[in-house]
Amino acid sequence: MLCIDATEKAVLVSLAGQLIAFVAPAEAIDTTETADPLAVIVGIDEVAETPTDPALARMFPAAYQDDEEAAGDFRRFTERDLRAGKVANAETVAAGLERSGEKVVLNGAEAMCWLGFLNDTRIAIGTRLEITEENHDELAELPEEDPRAGLFDVYDWLTFLQDSLVQLQLLDS
Amino acid sequence: MSITPVEIERPLLAEEVDRPWITIVWNDPINLMSYVTYVFMTYFKYDRAKAERLMMDVHERGKAVVSNGTREEMERDVTALHSYGLWATLQKDD
Repeated sequence: MLCIDATEKAVLVSLAGQLIAFVAPAEAIDTTETADPLAVIVGIDEVAETPTDPALARMFPAAYQDDEEAAGDFRRFTERDLRAGKVANAETVAAGLERSGEKVVLNGAEAMCWLGFLNDTRIAIGTRLEITEENHDELAELPEEDPRAGLFDVYDWLTFLQDSLVQLQLLDS
Repeated sequence: MSITPVEIERPLLAEEVDRPWITIVWNDPINLMSYVTYVFMTYFKYDRAKAERLMMDVHERGKAVVSNGTREEMERDVTALHSYGLWATLQKDD
């Protein structure tokens, strides 16, 4: 069980909406008459490049490091589903928050959605902040007027939430 | 006193021939050590000790081989690890 107050709830619901907009597949698969019918049925994408946005590149990394062609094929077959999975996690979190009070009780499957969602938002924010293993303390001490300070506070709180939830899950396992 | 191990040349088992691919998880500054451990336990069904050892390898050495098998199996593992938000790749084991 997590305790989430009204302000925190609003932040999480907002983050869920932003994450959905960020990772949702960019455009529908080409279903016009000229499209490859098999590709339309199984959801194979034509785009096979690593995303240029650093956060998206981190969420959807190349599966093969030294084989661009294999990495491209892998991406065409998997990225759309991966994106849809992340959207579904965020939707589950937002829907759960909408119907919960300050105490959010999660079953195992919901907890996994939360962990995935918290991880994704931390990747999105952490990549923007250019977090490294060395600069964490430096970011934590940013002056209030620094535009990154607020973002880092959110990141730090999401880290706390995710770690708390993992510890709860580890107790159960 | 030491016992010299006897080395016997033997043909590779079918299982060894079919398992030349590996999945690697790479270190990154965002994923939590606890979360990485939990993913290894949840997805691979590794016990906590093994999951923590692999997580520490990722953290301290920058990467760890987390599974091996056929190319198809490793693509499945990498896809799953990407869905958990871990940075994973597959390659032929050489």
